[in-house]
Amino acid sequence: MDYFDTLVSILGSTIRLSIPLLFTALAGLFSERAGVFDIGLEGKMLAAAFASACVAYLTGNPWLGLLGGIAISIVFSLVHGFAAITNRGNQIVSGVALNFVAAGLTLVLGQAWFSQGGRTPQLAGEARFQPITLPFADALREVPFLGPLYANVISGNNILTYLAFAAVPISWWVLFRTRFGLRLRAVGENPGAVDTAGISVTWLRYRAVIVAGFLCGFAGAYLAIAQSAAFIKDMSAGKGYIALAALIFAKWKPVPVMFACLLFGFLDAMANFMQGKSVPGIGEVPVQIFQALPYVLTCILLAGFIGIAHPPKAGGVPYTKER
Amino acid sequence: MSPHPAIELVGIDKSFGAVHANKNINLKVEKGTIHGIIGENGAGKSTLMSIIYGFYQADRGEIRVDGKPLTIKDSQAAIAAGIGMVHQHFMLVENFTVLENVMLGAEGGQLLAKGVTGARKELKRLETDYGLDVDPDAVIEDLPVGKQQRVEILKALYRSADILILDEPTGVLTPAEADHLFKVLRVLRDQGKTVILITHKLREIMAITDEVSVMRRGEMVATRKTAETTVEELAELMVGRRVLLRVEKGEANPGKVLLSVKNLTVKDSRGVTMVDNVSFDVREGEIVGIAGVAGNGQSELLEAIAGIRKPVSGEILLDGQPIAGADPARLRALGLAHIPEDRHHMGLVLKFEEYENAVLGYHRDARYGTGPFLDLKAIQADAVEKIEKYDIRPPNPRLKTANFSGGNQQKIVVAREIERDPKALIIGQPTRGVDIGAIEFIHRRIVEMRDAGKAILLVSVELDEIRSLSDRILVMFAGKVVGEKTADAGEQTLGLMMAGIAA
Amino acid sequence: MSTASVPLPNWITYGLIPLLNLALAFLISGLVVWSIGENPFEALRLLVDGALGRGDAIGFTLFYTTSFIFTGLSVAVAFHAGLFNIGAEGQAYLGGLGAALVALALDHYVPWYVTMPFAIIGAALFGAAWAFIPAWLQASRGSHVVITTIMFNFIGAALMVYLLVNVLIVPGNMAPETRTFLEGGQLPKLDWLMALFGLKLGPAPFNVSFLIALVMAFLVWVLIWRTKLGYEMRTLGISPTAAVYAGIPYSRTVIIAMLISGGLAGMMALNPVMGSSARLQVEFVGGAGFVGIAVSLMGRSHPVGIVIAALLFGILYQGGADLSFEMPNITREMIVVIQGLVILFAGALEYMFRPAIVHLYLRLKRA
Repeated sequence: MDYFDTLVSILGSTIRLSIPLLFTALAGLFSERAGVFDIGLEGKMLAAAFASACVAYLTGNPWLGLLGGIAISIVFSLVHGFAAITNRGNQIVSGVALNFVAAGLTLVLGQAWFSQGGRTPQLAGEARFQPITLPFADALREVPFLGPLYANVISGNNILTYLAFAAVPISWWVLFRTRFGLRLRAVGENPGAVDTAGISVTWLRYRAVIVAGFLCGFAGAYLAIAQSAAFIKDMSAGKGYIALAALIFAKWKPVPVMFACLLFGFLDAMANFMQGKSVPGIGEVPVQIFQALPYVLTCILLAGFIGIAHPPKAGGVPYTKER
Repeated sequence: MSPHPAIELVGIDKSFGAVHANKNINLKVEKGTIHGIIGENGAGKSTLMSIIYGFYQADRGEIRVDGKPLTIKDSQAAIAAGIGMVHQHFMLVENFTVLENVMLGAEGGQLLAKGVTGARKELKRLETDYGLDVDPDAVIEDLPVGKQQRVEILKALYRSADILILDEPTGVLTPAEADHLFKVLRVLRDQGKTVILITHKLREIMAITDEVSVMRRGEMVATRKTAETTVEELAELMVGRRVLLRVEKGEANPGKVLLSVKNLTVKDSRGVTMVDNVSFDVREGEIVGIAGVAGNGQSELLEAIAGIRKPVSGEILLDGQPIAGADPARLRALGLAHIPEDRHHMGLVLKFEEYENAVLGYHRDARYGTGPFLDLKAIQADAVEKIEKYDIRPPNPRLKTANFSGGNQQKIVVAREIERDPKALIIGQPTRGVDIGAIEFIHRRIVEMRDAGKAILLVSVELDEIRSLSDRILVMFAGKVVGEKTADAGEQTLGLMMAGIAA
Repeated sequence: MSTASVPLPNWITYGLIPLLNLALAFLISGLVVWSIGENPFEALRLLVDGALGRGDAIGFTLFYTTSFIFTGLSVAVAFHAGLFNIGAEGQAYLGGLGAALVALALDHYVPWYVTMPFAIIGAALFGAAWAFIPAWLQASRGSHVVITTIMFNFIGAALMVYLLVNVLIVPGNMAPETRTFLEGGQLPKLDWLMALFGLKLGPAPFNVSFLIALVMAFLVWVLIWRTKLGYEMRTLGISPTAAVYAGIPYSRTVIIAMLISGGLAGMMALNPVMGSSARLQVEFVGGAGFVGIAVSLMGRSHPVGIVIAALLFGILYQGGADLSFEMPNITREMIVVIQGLVILFAGALEYMFRPAIVHLYLRLKRA
């Protein structure tokens, strides 16, 4: 096989595997920058995947499917907010709980509604997000190097892929160029400053977790009705946690989040590619190495070998007015 | 003068559970004045100001701003009413710039870009009008404390506050910074702003206010024109009946040097030098008191000696043995006991039962258990003994520590540290938040320890306490020991030294 | 003023409030069952019957209970030191490796009761080792142990799959698992114990590790409330500043607490690996590490509470499995939902009812 073709194919699947990570990590970015830790990203993604598959199946419309995914994901966010913000409960515990609820409920309802062992019915073509061929993709395909890259990596993805990449500068802009972003970052560092400035800490944090739910909705929809054509048991498969790792690896900054997600997506693509192949001189590289690498890298970062990651100061701490 | 006071409180009442923090408070603050509110710790000043700023709601009573009754349900309402507050603990986002902090909550539109130009212009104007110069692009955590406070004032002025409340503003400032603050406050007053200054420092009241109101145990006991009152009168009003803090004690018989501090330098967690090349000795059978305004390095000095904070340089000797950098467990074993300044966070674990706290720090001692095990019977018997000896109430070793009163909690700590029969004892704020009865009791114990030949180092921000207990007094100012006096030194002299004025 | 500072009697704090939380979790689960067209009361009856109705059912229930006691204790020990160990799942997985290596090494030569102590030590050591790096990162770098233990769950899973697929697999075999242990590497069943109550164990894998779990529960109680180390852990967990004042070394205490926590999680592996399947298999932990979080929260981190909560979850797991046979509409995963709701209400929302109860309590007291 031609090395260049291989590279193009790996890059193509890197993009595809990065997208759910990217949406989810950006979701975590909004939540954690506002001081609400979110272990429940995984569950939100899973619930959204299930909901979008169901709605897309019932309506035959992927956009309605996406909307359904977003709606459910936001409901989960609100429960997390109710526990973590209103009731000042432990944010980690709440996230863990919601992951279980999502993992269980998607299967219980899926089985009860469709009786396919937890799967949702296979979606017909138009009920999914289809690949989009960008202008001139076919014409440029023959141009050496750049042509295949354009045609097979940049073009030919579905709309959610492009939205994911668009979400990066938009997130940056919202966080660093708008009033909402300024307040959101402030509330994650020192909620007292926000409160005494006459802004409601509660409402601000609720809005942050709602944004997180919104973005997780995209991630779930991508899994179920863009990448695949149905909801499958446990289809998020730990991606929420990898996204969390990517968020830490990127030190809670939007553009680095994108690169971290691409890196972790690339490792995932490598794992698939290397399956059963042997590298000259080394022999077969176990795929588990690629599966473990995102976490290993993040732990190495946390050990302080790749700079220092400062989490938002008020992260994980419920705000109490009493002094 | 305008017909209405800038702010008027009528019959404000506020309780927290069983604690009656504010009782029927009436107060008038005239426009264009600096109005001091003075009172001891826990007199209810901060609660009152938090009510004005909308942090708490009063149970009863009315707030009138410029003659109009207002409901201030949150900080936003207070800001809208032209009230600004400079909190004791700054409400700043440390990794934001000055500009971002000032704009927070008053951004001037959904997009930041819109407001930035206007904000810069306004900051410039405030700088020229009031002499409040701060680089708008500096990040807060890089600024010294004095400048950070200036940002807090700018925040209030930026929101066009007419009434500015400052809660213990000088506690964290160096004297030079405090002087500058006072200058700024005078300018503000002269430009027609109203300033409310909350403090427990009489000197500040006399130096800067036009009028002063005194609070005592949740009540507003008097309001005076500053020019027509004296430090003595205010002090008496603050304390109520003149409490004689005279402690019965005989002559000290100092023996050999037991605790020796040489050229000690200590930095705080932000890297600021808080103790600067300090040296002194404490002998057997004497009490050395360290006087000073809070925040002049006494806390860090205590923590360094107690092994809680690693000194940067210098030596500490206990009975000739170098102990600088040793951990608290080893220091206890060597015979150094420590009554910490903050019993809630250090001296006690409030969720523990009383008897568990009675061994905190000494739990590895052989008499409380063998091998890895704790002997609960022995510990409880020991706790009961101390409860009786120190009259700790209620006399129940199984009661959760949080349920004891402040005085009894402090007795638990004092009993634990003193009954170990240490060679040396270091004490921080032994009677903070403690009732009169317990104060006398604790003072007597400390003197008994001295008479038993122990070396005692005492830190307190209560000058009276220092004067009545100490055999020698060291004054700390800006991290240095600026002078030593005998116990009969006058309050005036010590006060001046504490203010860094004369030696 | 908030109601947080009003003291309530213990029977409300430790009895009524947890019960209310639990009741709400079950109420919502019941609504889910009802919404998919089944009768929740019938489902509950089937569940309880499936868990406790017969000797073998009780045997399965207690088998699950055993695993949950271990992981619940693991989470609780870390919790007392102020640490949230979400890594019991991975630590148990690695613990299985330790137990299996001991069993594989000794089962040819010695009877089970000789293998057992070594297996306990092996499982505990491997589990503890897997907790060590997160513990060290927390102690020396301040990296949140929650995050690192999650990461180590995944790293552990990858490592174990690699080992089972490439190293421990029986040559020529397809299934990624070790060979079956001989009797010397198996923990015997407790049929005699069941017989005492006139019950027949049948095929249920209820085994000696249950007794080990009870011993561990007792030892954890001793550790937390009767030893100097436990005292230090509790001090650190409640008030880190008081711990500094008292000269309790932060790093050492954090690391030891996590090692004990990891060791307890590791011992969980004895139950499925040596007590049931008699070999090391992929994903044998099956979520028990996470159930430990729910068990510890519900049991208020007290060994007695943990044993009771573990029993409850044992009933749920066994009864839930049985229920899914009887009511095919309700899949096994219903217990995962219940588990999530219990964690949500007993953990994250534990104080939801408190203000209302305080008001009610004060009014009743006044009356």
